[in-house]
Amino acid sequence: MNRSHRVGLPAVAAVAAAALVLSACGSSGGSSSGSKSSALTASAPGITATTITIGSHQPLTGVAAPGYDEIAPASNAYFDYVNAHGGVDGRKIVYKYLNDQYNPTDTVSVVKQLVLQDNVYAIFNGLGTPTHLAVAPFLNQEKVPDVFVASGCECWNAPSTWPETFGWQLDYVREGKILGSYIKQHFAGQKIGYFYQDDEFGKDGVKGLDMEIPKADVVSRQSYDPTNINVGPQVAALKAAGAKVVVSFTVPAFTALLKLNSLKLGFSPTYVVSDVGADPITLAGLLEAYAKQGGAKVSGNALTQGIITDGYLPTLGDTGNSWIALFKKIHDTYIPKLPFDGNVLYGEAVAYTFVQAMLKAGRNPTREDLVKAIQAGLPQGPAVAPYAYSASVHSGMTGAYIGIIKNGVIVQEGPVLTTTTSATSPVSTYTGSAPAAPASGLP
Amino acid sequence: MTLLRHLAAAVVLGLILVLLTIRLDPFRDYQIAEIACYVIAVAGLTALVGWSGQISLGHGAFMAIGAYSAALLQLHWHWPLYVVLLASTVITAASGAVVGVAAARLRGPYLAGATLLLAVALPSLALSDNNLFGGDQGLTVVANTPAFLGASFPLTRWQAWLTCGCALIILVLLANLARSRVGRSWRAAGDDEVAAALAGLNVARLRVLAFVVSAACAGLAGVLLAVTTSIVSPGAFTLTLSVALLTGAVLGGLGSLAGAVWGSLVLVLVPTYVTDVATSHGLSSSAGSNIPVVAYGVVLVVVMLLFPNGIQGGLVRLYRLAAPRVPAPHWRGRAQPESGAPVSPGPAKPPRASASEHSASEHQEEGSI
Repeated sequence: MNRSHRVGLPAVAAVAAAALVLSACGSSGGSSSGSKSSALTASAPGITATTITIGSHQPLTGVAAPGYDEIAPASNAYFDYVNAHGGVDGRKIVYKYLNDQYNPTDTVSVVKQLVLQDNVYAIFNGLGTPTHLAVAPFLNQEKVPDVFVASGCECWNAPSTWPETFGWQLDYVREGKILGSYIKQHFAGQKIGYFYQDDEFGKDGVKGLDMEIPKADVVSRQSYDPTNINVGPQVAALKAAGAKVVVSFTVPAFTALLKLNSLKLGFSPTYVVSDVGADPITLAGLLEAYAKQGGAKVSGNALTQGIITDGYLPTLGDTGNSWIALFKKIHDTYIPKLPFDGNVLYGEAVAYTFVQAMLKAGRNPTREDLVKAIQAGLPQGPAVAPYAYSASVHSGMTGAYIGIIKNGVIVQEGPVLTTTTSATSPVSTYTGSAPAAPASGLP
Repeated sequence: MTLLRHLAAAVVLGLILVLLTIRLDPFRDYQIAEIACYVIAVAGLTALVGWSGQISLGHGAFMAIGAYSAALLQLHWHWPLYVVLLASTVITAASGAVVGVAAARLRGPYLAGATLLLAVALPSLALSDNNLFGGDQGLTVVANTPAFLGASFPLTRWQAWLTCGCALIILVLLANLARSRVGRSWRAAGDDEVAAALAGLNVARLRVLAFVVSAACAGLAGVLLAVTTSIVSPGAFTLTLSVALLTGAVLGGLGSLAGAVWGSLVLVLVPTYVTDVATSHGLSSSAGSNIPVVAYGVVLVVVMLLFPNGIQGGLVRLYRLAAPRVPAPHWRGRAQPESGAPVSPGPAKPPRASASEHSASEHQEEGSI
């Protein structure tokens, strides 16, 4: 009578166990043995005589994917280029980036997979502040190098608690200070409004702005939640406060929404937008798409005209720049289907920095060697200002130039400015000169 | 007798799992923990949908309630883990009671709509107060390996043990509940509400109770997921999760606890396996990242075409084909979903046949008590 029942649980258990064991076996045959004649050894997890395997978490689908999903393929294109030209000390870089959909819980899953199962040497350029904060403690506990996080959060600079973690791009506090000092100089005494994302990104930016802009000038501080696209009330408040300059620490979608809502209300302040939210190609596309959804037709490039922003990599329009020429060449060879925009430039540049760090880490590096190599400082590379890396500082770039969007491209305005994250240190002009890209394209 | 048999099965399963977690690598242990979390949530949903005949598109929200309760209790009051587990489950059960009272008045699509609202609205609530809930970043949940296991004991193995232990307890409890008076009444009310009411059952109370039990399971699953991933964030409890849980229940075999295990295995293993295959075959990232969703759809369509009663229903059918002398299943067996709960994908057999089986075995069961 109960026979069909008895088949139930134990049978399920047995088959489930078999399934797990089988799938475990199926995926654990990765490590290859090195050739005996070479001095290259499997010096660390993820490093064999022939390969360096690194991993990353990236938003390949979901809300953060548009634009940002180009970054990892662009990095991979640069690694392909390096691999095709001899690799790093003869080893080829294998870059495995997994989709976390910009969801911190998914980030935990994919990073555990990369570290515990795929045995990556390092996590490289994990994208996003909320996502990466979810895995930084784990990576540091496991002593996995966590290099060049794709986020400008000041939080990555915490060498005492997170010795393995390194930022790369200009952090939002420095960026806020640089934008703030420009506003203080060029819009002195004018009414200024803030519009920022209500998280570490926006708050860090505001922190930097407040170090430079006099408190009395700021007439309105409006924040938005990235899951709510109705920013009409905030824009109306900025207008009511009479803001003549609106500083916006926003992702591209919300820069576009700010612009369109202002247009609707007949509000036309000067816009100052953080680098992450001001890529002209991405912005123009979003503006046109959103306007179309609302039944209107706008010219994206006309609407982005005059936006003030900053840049920590050479401008895309500067075709005479050796870095732009190099990265454009690699883009055209390996990922011609993607637009050559700010995200692709970012991905290639950060990959270049990783190769620099690997070369410094030595011929048969351990994980610790990579951390030590970066702490000893990295040559400037494609960045417009030097890196701050040292044993006590784990944040990356230290400066940027002010740029103004003209006819869909960012045009550099004035010199490169550098500063620190401290409230007392000034924003000063960078006097050094940027190095040219090596002819070989390899660091 | 039944209780003993379930306990024995749970012990055997538990031993297998302990051996398995020791043999496998840390990431597999992590996956086992993830699967166990899903098993708890899907099993709870099975009780609600498969047995009491209600539907919920909002179970992800109950998981969120459990997970956030746990994080807040731990953060502000520093309660020990076991107390946090229990307290969060009770809190979620209470919220399930509130939703259940409203749900007991609603039927079919209206109930689906109301629970859908829960799934959509609740995660946004977590963004309303960033100081309390931590915004997009969420809150961290700390669950270290207990001291008695030793300092070098792998964290993921301990997490697998904890979640699997909870999952087995829940499965035993639910399996017994299903065979109890409550379980029978649920099925009666789920199959034909009017007949159940005429037979003297308090249908409204039964429906609320089903919601309470189901929400408690979801809450516990939420806490354990938070413990496993060490984070609670709104992004984890989207509508997609709620739908995935229901899909898991249907895929595995609606109304069967073994089906809940199958469903959870599919939910966790298929996406990672497919991603691995896609990346190792050098698919472009834009195609590769969408492949898991496609695979998920394909599995759903194939299972529903081949086994309308889910994986467990299909296995039972195959088993019966291979061993034709097995007598017609007892109603407690795995043929239950064929009686056609309102949301089940449609009976493979004429409903009348299974209904008669049902009532015949019902009599036997009553007689045996």
